[in-house]
Amino acid sequence: MGEMMSKVKVSTTINGDPVEYLCDAEETLLDVLRDHLGLTGAKEGCGTGDCGACSVVVDGRVVCSCLVLGAEAEGRKVTTVEGLATGDRLHPLQQKFLEFAALQCGVCTPGFLVAAKALLDRNPDPTETEIRFGLAGNLCRCTGYDKIVRAVQAAAAEMRKG
Amino acid sequence: MPLDATIDPATHKFALVGTRPLRPDGIDKVTGRARFGADASAPGMLVGKILRSPHAHARIRAIDTSKAAKLPGVKAIVTRADFKEGDPGLRDVLHNVMARDKALYDGHAVAAVAATSAAVARKALKLIRVDYEILPHVTDVDEAMKPGAPVLHADMITANVEPAPKKASNIASRCEFGHGDPEIGFKQADLVIARSFKTEATHQGYIEPHACLASVGSDGQGELWVCTQGHYMVRNQCASLLGMDVSKLRVTASEIGGGFGGKTTVFIEPVALALSRKAGRPVKLVMSREEVFRASGPTSSASMDVKIGVTKDGRITAGTAEIRFQGGAFAGSPVEFGAMSAFACYDLEHVKTVGYDVVTNRPKQAAYRAPGAPMVAFAVESVLDELAKKIGMDPIELRLKNAAKEGTRSSYGPKYKRIGLIECLEAARRHPHYKAPLGPNQGRGIAAGFWFNFGGQTCVSLNVNVDGTVALAVGTPDIGGSRASMCLIAAEELGIGYEQVRAIVADTSSLGYNDISEGSRVTFSTGLAVIQAARDATAKLCARAAKTWGIAPDAVVWEKGYAKPASPNAGSFAPLSLADIAKTAGSTGGPIAGHCEVNAEGAGVSFAVHMTDAEVDRETGRVEIKRYTVVQDAGKAIHPSYVEGQYQGGAAQGIGWAINEEYVYGRDGRLQNPGFLDYRIPVASDLPMIDTVIVETPNPGHPYGVRGVGETSIVPPLAAVANAVSAAAGVRLSELPMAPPRVLAAIDAAASRRS
Amino acid sequence: MRYEAPTTAKEAVRLMAGKAGMARVLAGGTDLLVQIRTDRIAPDLIVDIKRIAGMRSIMTKSGGFRIGAAVSGAELGEHKALRRAWPGVVEAANLIGSIQIQSRATMGGNLCNASPAADSVPALVAAGATAVIVGPRGRRSLPVEDVAVAPGRTSLKKGEIVEAIVLPKRAPRSGDAYLRFIPRSEMDIAVVGAGVSLTLDRNGVCTAARVALGAVAERVILVPDAAKALIGSTVDQAALERLAAAASAACRPIDDKRGTKKFRIKVAGVLARRAARTALARAQGK
Repeated sequence: MGEMMSKVKVSTTINGDPVEYLCDAEETLLDVLRDHLGLTGAKEGCGTGDCGACSVVVDGRVVCSCLVLGAEAEGRKVTTVEGLATGDRLHPLQQKFLEFAALQCGVCTPGFLVAAKALLDRNPDPTETEIRFGLAGNLCRCTGYDKIVRAVQAAAAEMRKG
Repeated sequence: MPLDATIDPATHKFALVGTRPLRPDGIDKVTGRARFGADASAPGMLVGKILRSPHAHARIRAIDTSKAAKLPGVKAIVTRADFKEGDPGLRDVLHNVMARDKALYDGHAVAAVAATSAAVARKALKLIRVDYEILPHVTDVDEAMKPGAPVLHADMITANVEPAPKKASNIASRCEFGHGDPEIGFKQADLVIARSFKTEATHQGYIEPHACLASVGSDGQGELWVCTQGHYMVRNQCASLLGMDVSKLRVTASEIGGGFGGKTTVFIEPVALALSRKAGRPVKLVMSREEVFRASGPTSSASMDVKIGVTKDGRITAGTAEIRFQGGAFAGSPVEFGAMSAFACYDLEHVKTVGYDVVTNRPKQAAYRAPGAPMVAFAVESVLDELAKKIGMDPIELRLKNAAKEGTRSSYGPKYKRIGLIECLEAARRHPHYKAPLGPNQGRGIAAGFWFNFGGQTCVSLNVNVDGTVALAVGTPDIGGSRASMCLIAAEELGIGYEQVRAIVADTSSLGYNDISEGSRVTFSTGLAVIQAARDATAKLCARAAKTWGIAPDAVVWEKGYAKPASPNAGSFAPLSLADIAKTAGSTGGPIAGHCEVNAEGAGVSFAVHMTDAEVDRETGRVEIKRYTVVQDAGKAIHPSYVEGQYQGGAAQGIGWAINEEYVYGRDGRLQNPGFLDYRIPVASDLPMIDTVIVETPNPGHPYGVRGVGETSIVPPLAAVANAVSAAAGVRLSELPMAPPRVLAAIDAAASRRS
Repeated sequence: MRYEAPTTAKEAVRLMAGKAGMARVLAGGTDLLVQIRTDRIAPDLIVDIKRIAGMRSIMTKSGGFRIGAAVSGAELGEHKALRRAWPGVVEAANLIGSIQIQSRATMGGNLCNASPAADSVPALVAAGATAVIVGPRGRRSLPVEDVAVAPGRTSLKKGEIVEAIVLPKRAPRSGDAYLRFIPRSEMDIAVVGAGVSLTLDRNGVCTAARVALGAVAERVILVPDAAKALIGSTVDQAALERLAAAASAACRPIDDKRGTKKFRIKVAGVLARRAARTALARAQGK
């Protein structure tokens, strides 16, 4: 390396598991997840917080992991798309996305699932408009959003039944 | 069943085709397991980065990489000198991959580095000194055609013009299509309208940036993992640009995060391979979003003049169009497709279209979903809308009166076989949307659209496994759920369950050549090849049964998953299932597989009719899409959910193109909006539900009647939205995008004309 | 680049005032990280203020509110009393970006990023908010409209950090509102923004008003003439038209990729009028 870089040591919790890592100060949480921890479910679509493909939940709030420094995760609880299913049991959102053909290429899907889960955690019975605005930070170029919105509605209905 | 057996798709009862099972790659994609272009890594991997020209047009006097080379952690630097020159078919591709004597657009690659980390690679780029002589530039198509415009290529003499021009210009070529004599036709018209239109360049906007992982050993053998619509194309082009044998480069197509035509050429792949070869280590190269906008291939911008004449009773007597596309810094805009498709929806006696392919200082355009057709449909369908209003005729009625049908001589030459435009128009007219009341400040627009659809080279391998399941290897990257459709087709033919077939996209060393996943060709061509491969396999399965039974192979037939004696004369044997035969394959002749290699022909053209309601805020010019309906002919929908998805996705992209998306260039020739913040693709809250109607008019060129569906869906929306906005605003909008400042200016100008 | 996450304002100031080189405050990071990533800035030090308790809380203070500089938009939106008192400020802050951005973005950051198009700033200026600034020489207060001086530039001195934003006590029969114009329904930067705050007397006559505009000048501007158009009126149609004209007249915008001068001037008036209507309805308790 051309210069000494001081690494930041971080202890955090990812998908329920304690994790420790060293990262450069300028590395984002997305860089850490993908390049250091092998969690490539979150995608980098823009790197500027405009597409939502890198969405993860930090301490109960959905964020773009490209706009969070890896160093900031110290002591936090992070959930990624890899943490949505329980063992081999899919989360209702994952199941409904499949049933409703709510994905074509699938690259935006992890971000949509994480954001939709955060949305339903706060609002279990959203209107179509609330879903559309709640997911406006997640770009999908394949589906025109129709089937995504329907999948979220169906998952919400199923989750309300418990 | 003979190999060329064709069923009647209109009456045949399919067991699986037309159902909606879960896609086979679904679990991976909802759990984050699916591996896309940037998700691969390799031991010892380096990070590649590309240095790009900040200038729209500049002579490169010198490139000094010495300082960068000395930076610890830098393992390789490549420039144009590291590529093999001389393949005339790839001359422009290479120029675009890496500039030589001139940088031709903002974002044009000039050098690249591979380093041990992204931070070192970024730092190294800053240490590369490029000595530029800045040249005058041009980015607008009409400006680029003017005498005196800065000329990009000193050797560009307009092709297809007699006599050939003596001077170089930015006009690469001229093309012309049509028949009859429009002048005669216009004389027969009661009303002739001529209008000019402009559209801005838009980007495919796939969410996954270009990404690849290259590894070339000192023995000259290479591996490439890449998100692409065509890994065989990548292999062939990269091998040529690097001077490698095609056999020595194995390319694996990753999961692909959207392409829409934009991943049908090479940009970073040859660079990553060159870096890896030089460094002797794997190199991962991923474009940033900014690079995607500045340096991959958006579509053309267009300038068009359209003239159409009609009689009072709504017969089109003639239509002409002159269309001018700029396709970026190199020849090859889709102007021919534009000129061919302009009037393809209509049965015309007199029609003529002329196109000009123009170069400018912008990134080389790449295919974008029905390349060339949407902008031209915008122009033609806008004029038709205006004509319908002027003669007081319902716009669907006007189109029905002139609609192309079986036997019509198309405006681009061939006679149509069976087509479904009239069925689409009638379905649109019957749709409740067409009669629904409109609110204040709302307008309704309709438009028709056409796309050719393609076939092409296809190779498929179908292996019967010992347990009666089937491994299906296709060579067309799955860009929208095609593995599900291919499994459905294979299972349908074999008479087994959908879950018993697993489809993969094979790498370039495992399966014969396949053309790119483009031109709406996959469900048609790969589907056709899967049918033939399955029939090849069932013939072999029948032969094995015959051998077991000791009867002649032609005395056995394949029915609903079983080999059976063809008739009582053949003997009385209990039917053998695919699994029964597979189990004993080892003792009846060895492995059982079906293959197909085909250059698929007979892709049926397809048509769509869209209608939409737009609301305009008269004080701000802001447009909102309130309702949208797509009606399109699919021939036969294999997996209707994914057919609907194609319809909806095309409509959404078209809405974005119509309203907000555009490449904005500054006076300096630099792209002003290379990001998703200011390149505004529709977000979820911008759109309503998109209703779909699947019309099925079987394509006589396919055993199941399949027509491609991916591209036609983006052809009508520009016009449909423009017609709706024009109706709502009370003034004709003839330039895209219909961004608020443009709409407001048009409303205010119309108001001041009235007052 | 070095990352520090102090737990006190004093320590944060010490770090920011420390040795040479570029130091930047990290609140929500939604602007800062983009600027770093796109190579527009290369700070030597990042001071994350989110671990400083006082910067993460909303406190009621002499009838008004003291909002810590690192309070996120989502937290603002969830604060019922704040939303009731200053709905225009909260709706402005909540317009910034997506839900993901709302989880992080702060009004402190929005203010210090010093973009003329910052959504929360016109609402804060209209509300008469002040910024509490902590620095090597202690604390000082500054009207919000005096924080940004030009695109990307603030009046803060080396070592100074915006610690909190203070919203005054609300008079009875008051209302505020913020509207912005964007081409899409979400995710865009304001092409024009308008914040209006007003107070009525018992007869419904406007006794006080402040109007601020965003994205029509080099920084967010307070438009006294627009306020004057409202004061003394019942905020009737004629007053609203005068307000719109005054708002348009105060604009000195540029042509850029997001909009034209002409468009911004006209739409500023339209938005000011529409925002005033909403503020009026809120003041009337509707």
